[in-house]
Amino acid sequence: MSEYLRPTQFEEALRLLARGPYAILAGGTDHYASRVGKPLTEPILDVTAIRGLREIAERADHWRIGAAATWTDLLEASLPPQFDGLRLAAREIGGVQIQNSGTLAGNICNASPAADGVPALLALDAGVELSRTGHVRVVPLAQFILGPRKTQRCSDELVSAILVPKSEFEARSHFVKLGARKYLVISIAMASAVIEHSAGVVFKARVAVGACSPVAVRLAALEDALRGRPMNARLPELVHAEHLAPLLPIDDVRASAGYRTGAALTLVKRAIAGACA
Amino acid sequence: MNQPREGFLGQDAALELSVNGGTVRVASPPATRLADVLRDELGLTGTKIGCNAGDCGACTVLLDGRQVCSCLTAVAQAAGRNVTTVEGLAADGRLSDLQASFQKHGAAQCGICTPGMLMAAADLLARTAAPDEAEVKDALGGVLCRCTGYQKIIEAVLDVASGPRPDLPPAAGAAVGARAAKVDGIARVTGEERFGADDIPDDALWLRVIRSPHHHASFRLGDLDAVVKRTPGLERILTAKDVPSNGFGIYPHIKDQPVLADGEARFRGEAVLALVGKREAIETFDEATLPIEYVPLPPVMGLDAAMAPGAPLVLPDRPGNLLQDGGVRKGDAAAAFASCAAVAEGRFETAFVEHAYIEPEAGWARRVGKGRNARLEIHVTTQTPYMDRDEMAVVMKLKPTQVHIVPTACGGGFGGKLDMSVHPLVGLAAWLTGKTVACVYTRPESMASTTKRHPARVHAKFGCDASGRLLACEVDAEFDTGAYASWGPTVATRVPIHATGPYMVPNVRTRGRGFFTHCHPAGAFRGFGVPQGAIAHEAVMDELADKLGIDRLEFRLRNALKAGDATATGQVLEHSAGLGECLERLRPHWQRAQEEIAAFNAGSANLRRGVGIGCMWYGIGNTSLSNPSTMRIGVSKSGVVTLYSGALDIGQGSNTILTQIAADAAGLPMSTIRLVTGDTDLTADAGKTSASRQTFVSGKATELAALDLRKKLFAAANAPEGEYLDYRYKLAIEGNGKAAQIVIRRDGITHRVPLKKDILGEGYFDPPTSPADADGQGVPYASYAFAAQIAEVEVDLELGTTRVLRIVAAHDVGRAINPIQVEGQIQGGTVQGLGLALMEEYLPGRTENLHDYLIPTIGDVPHMECILVEDPEPLGPYGAKGVGEPGLIPTAPAILGAIENATGVRMRQVPVLPHRLRAALGAPA
Repeated sequence: MSEYLRPTQFEEALRLLARGPYAILAGGTDHYASRVGKPLTEPILDVTAIRGLREIAERADHWRIGAAATWTDLLEASLPPQFDGLRLAAREIGGVQIQNSGTLAGNICNASPAADGVPALLALDAGVELSRTGHVRVVPLAQFILGPRKTQRCSDELVSAILVPKSEFEARSHFVKLGARKYLVISIAMASAVIEHSAGVVFKARVAVGACSPVAVRLAALEDALRGRPMNARLPELVHAEHLAPLLPIDDVRASAGYRTGAALTLVKRAIAGACA
Repeated sequence: MNQPREGFLGQDAALELSVNGGTVRVASPPATRLADVLRDELGLTGTKIGCNAGDCGACTVLLDGRQVCSCLTAVAQAAGRNVTTVEGLAADGRLSDLQASFQKHGAAQCGICTPGMLMAAADLLARTAAPDEAEVKDALGGVLCRCTGYQKIIEAVLDVASGPRPDLPPAAGAAVGARAAKVDGIARVTGEERFGADDIPDDALWLRVIRSPHHHASFRLGDLDAVVKRTPGLERILTAKDVPSNGFGIYPHIKDQPVLADGEARFRGEAVLALVGKREAIETFDEATLPIEYVPLPPVMGLDAAMAPGAPLVLPDRPGNLLQDGGVRKGDAAAAFASCAAVAEGRFETAFVEHAYIEPEAGWARRVGKGRNARLEIHVTTQTPYMDRDEMAVVMKLKPTQVHIVPTACGGGFGGKLDMSVHPLVGLAAWLTGKTVACVYTRPESMASTTKRHPARVHAKFGCDASGRLLACEVDAEFDTGAYASWGPTVATRVPIHATGPYMVPNVRTRGRGFFTHCHPAGAFRGFGVPQGAIAHEAVMDELADKLGIDRLEFRLRNALKAGDATATGQVLEHSAGLGECLERLRPHWQRAQEEIAAFNAGSANLRRGVGIGCMWYGIGNTSLSNPSTMRIGVSKSGVVTLYSGALDIGQGSNTILTQIAADAAGLPMSTIRLVTGDTDLTADAGKTSASRQTFVSGKATELAALDLRKKLFAAANAPEGEYLDYRYKLAIEGNGKAAQIVIRRDGITHRVPLKKDILGEGYFDPPTSPADADGQGVPYASYAFAAQIAEVEVDLELGTTRVLRIVAAHDVGRAINPIQVEGQIQGGTVQGLGLALMEEYLPGRTENLHDYLIPTIGDVPHMECILVEDPEPLGPYGAKGVGEPGLIPTAPAILGAIENATGVRMRQVPVLPHRLRAALGAPA
């Protein structure tokens, strides 16, 4: 077994990372799961002891979710309704054990097409803060994930936080997951919607679908179609199959591609309905 | 919040953590899984490893009071924090209320998931003292259980708030029928029970199996000696040449499965080599550096490929890839169909199903003694110690008495631990090296290499007269048995016998065939093919009833086998055929469900509910073969009463049930009976734990053994002959050591005699059966279980998802020796049936883990109500017969009928995955 670093200071972590490459370990829920029956030989940089990295904090115009914040931390934080969809996603991540260990940042870095956190974070218009010594950049989540298991993170960079802009108007949100069983299930498909509204009218809508393309995607045409419409129970009726054009579903052990397309349509409607409820 | 340690850790820093209240320093490297540190370094083996991937939750511990998977936690992350394991729940030798509640409610069956369940529940209860059911499910949703069906676990957690007190064990003479707690239950809730991977000696070498990555390939081996020479810690590489007799298999005349493949691998996951050496050396060995040259060959996958004319042969001596072709013929089915008022038929298809016991295969072996006295001792998780012993003797070319099997606790079997797994590998390695050798399968290799339920294609056709009486039945069942025979012949024989369903059909023609393919062997799995057959006959019953406008339950009742009827094999059932009563007890539930569902559906568009019914029968024990059990119970000179049971309790409760039977037959309190089980040196052959046979067969042998003991004790006390049969004479063993006495009391008169010697009672029972003739006619089983179940489901029409809302299960068990254990079998079997119906499909090479292969979680289970019908079986102990398999069999048929009732669509392929149902429902409205 080789090097295992567990710095407590953020700057120190960045310095160490520059000597890398290291496998970055947070909750371990993906790291260990992908190494069943394999030796644990990679050098590891464990970020869970870094001071302050687990904080979920309100800033002037955004919320900052520290890279070591777990799904349980999110569920127990006091957050406005725009996060309701993300919180619903948090409850659908594995079992409580996984929610207690797994981190939001780890979920996006693992870049699984079926990551439950990604559609909800896309619908929140989240940004990813990447840090290296002396340099910080923020990348929109939609650009951060390049493909299955691939992200923009360079080996000397640490995802230091997920940043969620505050909504301009009151925002409501919802998340719907479809799996072949309850709990501990990889999604067949999922959808998340965040709708900002004012005076009963949709000001801005963001809708994302996961597990139906290599990377979860926002449905821009649908978002445009929803803007300016009354925020009521009939809003889901605006959803049409053409809005799902960005999806590229595949056949796998969980479902057929054709089924995924139809299910995504239903889930999107339900996510919007849930946000309007 | 995690309290970070100062500085950072290099690879040699010792870590300090608090475990169950005490501070420990650990030497394991910081990236080591916490689960491994707890088990291997600290010896806390109560924490179980089921998958190492966070898929099963067996390893759940509390970290600063929160449940985490210890298999996903680097030990470095536990530094400076509080870890609580199952060993930390009991305080001062007293069970916690949670543990006591598990014991009281029968929430632990095999016990392998129990520590994880307990820790998840402990986390919940520390936050919410009196949770509701939804909260319990949310908190325990990350732990899989394959035995219980979860209901008793939920009940146990809900009951903690009330301060549960374990019931006192039943008094002498009141054990049979009592809801007695498990006699071996305490060790399962404290974590003390030792399973296959829990008691491996520290000095053991470890064995790692190298497996074929191809479904079918020839291969050549290079210079393995050179590999051993250049690899420190690697002692030996075993190949096919090392195996004295390189073939094993269930049937005495079919030893077709090699321990290590010899130049040709016939399924992905087949063992090719075994590395033996120091644990770290073999675990870190890079498999890619082995000189194995594979030449992939086209595989025969699936029944169509196996049956195609000119198909390549999987085994050279099996023309047409045919394993077996058998059937049953009675009357003239073809002629009878011509006179039927209604005929229905269909073709049904099922998938490979994985047992998914939470304990992967594990064990260790050593060579004991020297020269001609040398023996091979194997400690292993198993369902069948004596078959293992005899199989090992064949493989090693030893006498059976030279093999000693010491079963560990078995963390779930369901048929999957009837075949050998690690046994021949560790046995061979130990024999050749003279050292102790251990092997624990990873979850992926367990799934890739061990047996599965046979995929089946069943064509069934039934006809009846205008009044709904069945006249004729024709069934043709084809099974994919994989690369080797395993239990394929059993399935191909059992299914044609049961293919009529539990109904009186005068004209029968059924056929069962098994075919070889390049897949892992299909073997025994709860029901031996009968669940696949039941899907077919029950769907056809629904259709016939509908055609004639007869209620589906009433149609079944009209045709239900009853005492006096002749089965398909011409066997006249003399007793204990209680299907009619099962159906009558279900009728009010059936009517209520229909009313409720009609009301719900009237107000619902997308969600549709439906109710379905399934019936089954199941012959107890081996088919048309001798199937004996020998049991012994003794009183030592010092006054200790011991039941020597070769019948393995794999969680189903036979240790408790056999103790109850022994207690009442001997006339002693069950609390005084000690148990010795499984060890082939200490117990007699009780046969395998399968085919729902232990209560019936070993239970009867136990009753006879205890009666024999009672008779001998009465004789030793000089009681008049025959008096022992009079239970008004109360027997006791009092005192101990040199003062032990036989005490017999009646009407205030006490008779005491010193125990002068050990006294042993023995019982033998072999259920009376007869071989089948050329038409399959005969008495294949001495007794049959019967059951009927109804399922209520809710279908989401847009998504094609199905939720099972409720199951009511009526089972004729002859006599419920222990209703808790009986309910546990019904509930656990039912939930496996739910999995078969809705989610379980093993695809070789694609679902070798517990997140791609799905079994039901605590959130998928409906409320289950058990109705126990007791139509006594005179051959069985106190009227009992078997219940191990019956819960599974009618469940999928009932669910499929309910889906049809809800949607109008009959699903003929299981599992009914959402995309399959959605496609069958047609384009969205």
